[in-house]
Amino acid sequence: MSRDAQGLTEVLERTFPFPRRHFLSVLDLNPVEVARLLDLAEGFVALNRQVSKNLDLLKGRTLINLFFENSTRTQSSFELAAKRLGADTINMSPGGSSIAKGETLIDTAVTLNAMRPDILVIRHAASGAASLLAQKVSCSVINAGDGQHEHPTQALLDALSMRRAFGRIAGLRVAICGDILHSRVARSNVGLLQMMGAEVRLVGPPTLIPAKAERWGVQVFNDLREGIAGCDVVMMLRLQLERMDGAFAPSPREYFRFWGLDREKLGAAADHVKVMHPGPMNRGVEIDSDVADDLTVSLIQDQVEMGVAARMAILAALAARLENG
Amino acid sequence: MSPADRPLALLNARIVDPAARLDAKGALFVRDGRIEAVVTDGDPGAVGADYETLDAAGALLIPGLVDLRAKTGEPGFETRETLRSASEAAAAGGVTTFVVQPDTDPVIDEASVVDFIRRRARDSSLVNILPAGAATQGCLGERMAEIGLMAEAGCVYVTDADRPIMNSKVMRRVLAYAKGFGMLVAHRPADPWLSEGAAATSGEFAGRMGLPSAPPEAEKIMLERDLALVEMTGARLLADQVTTACALEALERGKTRGLPVFASTSINHLTFNEIDIGDYRTFLKFDPPVRGEDDRQAVIEALASGLIDVVVSAHAPAPPEDKRLPYAEAAPGAVGLQTLLPALLAFHHDGRIPLIDLIAAMTVRPADLLGLPCGRLARGAPADLVLCDLNAPLVVDPDALKSRSRNTPFDGRRLQGVVQRTLVAGRVVFSV
Repeated sequence: MSRDAQGLTEVLERTFPFPRRHFLSVLDLNPVEVARLLDLAEGFVALNRQVSKNLDLLKGRTLINLFFENSTRTQSSFELAAKRLGADTINMSPGGSSIAKGETLIDTAVTLNAMRPDILVIRHAASGAASLLAQKVSCSVINAGDGQHEHPTQALLDALSMRRAFGRIAGLRVAICGDILHSRVARSNVGLLQMMGAEVRLVGPPTLIPAKAERWGVQVFNDLREGIAGCDVVMMLRLQLERMDGAFAPSPREYFRFWGLDREKLGAAADHVKVMHPGPMNRGVEIDSDVADDLTVSLIQDQVEMGVAARMAILAALAARLENG
Repeated sequence: MSPADRPLALLNARIVDPAARLDAKGALFVRDGRIEAVVTDGDPGAVGADYETLDAAGALLIPGLVDLRAKTGEPGFETRETLRSASEAAAAGGVTTFVVQPDTDPVIDEASVVDFIRRRARDSSLVNILPAGAATQGCLGERMAEIGLMAEAGCVYVTDADRPIMNSKVMRRVLAYAKGFGMLVAHRPADPWLSEGAAATSGEFAGRMGLPSAPPEAEKIMLERDLALVEMTGARLLADQVTTACALEALERGKTRGLPVFASTSINHLTFNEIDIGDYRTFLKFDPPVRGEDDRQAVIEALASGLIDVVVSAHAPAPPEDKRLPYAEAAPGAVGLQTLLPALLAFHHDGRIPLIDLIAAMTVRPADLLGLPCGRLARGAPADLVLCDLNAPLVVDPDALKSRSRNTPFDGRRLQGVVQRTLVAGRVVFSV
């Protein structure tokens, strides 16, 4: 390896064979594995900040990004992560409208599987799509978001951002705010953060909180100030504009008035609070630019950087498993 | 029935006939496709030489099951199921009469299609198949179908199948008009707005799984409306698949007040709860959706108490291309004709519901709802009979199902109660 890839040996030492073929849900993980993945990702953060970022952990491997839903951030994050590890990558975005989505999913999966890729990264609008795909193919499947179910790599990168900001996850008080009902990010984060010992709160209007959410082991708040009181982390979620047209909330301006995060409301949180957002943001709807762009409180840019490192860690661990047969 | 058929003597059986509250060892005699005699008090005496005799060896002998709700794919979707293939599944499951739903293509909403089903069934089916007619044209819930003409042609009740009739005015008129013909109306209690797009029941599980869901109250709301309309019109209503505790409360109030309202539930909702969905198993996707355990327990209690009158298979064949999809996109429904009896017998084996009551919910009660002579072991009734080894174990094997579609949620399930022989009008249509 070239001279400028410092810390590589350390990263290689941290790489471990992932005990499962697929990466589908945070609920498949245990705290030890999460910690190892985060340690490994830390190593990649350091490597990514060097001039030469190319490694060969995935040399000769093929990764296919299969995105049935549009995504700039997640797809490019996976592509970059795979390329930095030396994998060959292709991106596929089968258009949703012309063919029935479900048919496309299985048919496409079987076709792609026949091309013998090593890793399939899938995003699909239906909950359970990644799991269904995993049952039909012989390669590894990574869930990059399935409907309103899970987005486990996002939860891992969020955990990485939090651990770097606070030095720990256990004991943190985290408020996840906004459209919980439709959010796979929220579901994955609840699972992972609870596993790692954080205290999780859900905040949002009653129409956007899932039924019986209080039985997830979280505290549920409808009032934003109350919900984020004393919180170390405030994680805002994206609210799709069409859901604020009288369907789940009466209007964007009413939503922002009560559930949008601005400097004044943020005052209720702990002094050292960090603000997160999985992106893309609706500025002025769920979050004020003043807060989002303040690097002393916002981890939002950090999250994007951590996204590449966290995905490199997952890919490296899955590849290590492939090595072992 | 050809005159060449010999009379039959079924000896040494455990005869259970809920219509007569009979559960005794005995013999049953069949002549000319009808039950000639049931002898349970002592020695049946010497059997005439012209009889064919069959020693049941203590096996359970019950009336053939009457299933008020099944779908085939005929006409319109024959790759899913034909009347013939469904009848083979029914025969193997001890179902000797079933009612097909009208939401076919074309919809059974006029006399000619009713007649088509009856003729096709007569020519191709092993068991009795009776058509339900659409309550409204095209099952669209807008304009009444020709209920009177369909009644003349032989439809046994009217329903829009899975589709609730949203418009209360239309529903009121359907009930009032059907009453004039003495026609039972079956209606799915589901508020269409609350249940729009739902694939699961609102609650912790659906929330965690990120599945679009409807609250159980969607069922109660529509049932309450229907009860008010029944009170207004005096028509007989069958609440099609009551599956929630809150709707059962409403049903109980209606029945207590003496309204002519009846209720069915499906074997699926008696057997499974939402946790069985597990990792998005689409064979567990039903309409109405599979409920929580509290609701399932309430449904079992309601069956035990008689609040729920009948159990249906809700047989709904779906081929792999309709099921091998993400959960929310997959077709609802499960095949059930062949597994109905052993699945229901589980409640007897578990000691939850007496055997005779379970069998009543699949025989005499549905038959009485439609005014059919079957479903009982009375002298002169059709010799639709099932011989079943009550205790024999079986493992449900999808490949052993006779249906053209194999979408069974009972896949791999261990049950007890093996159908040995099924007779329709005295003729053996299935035998192991």
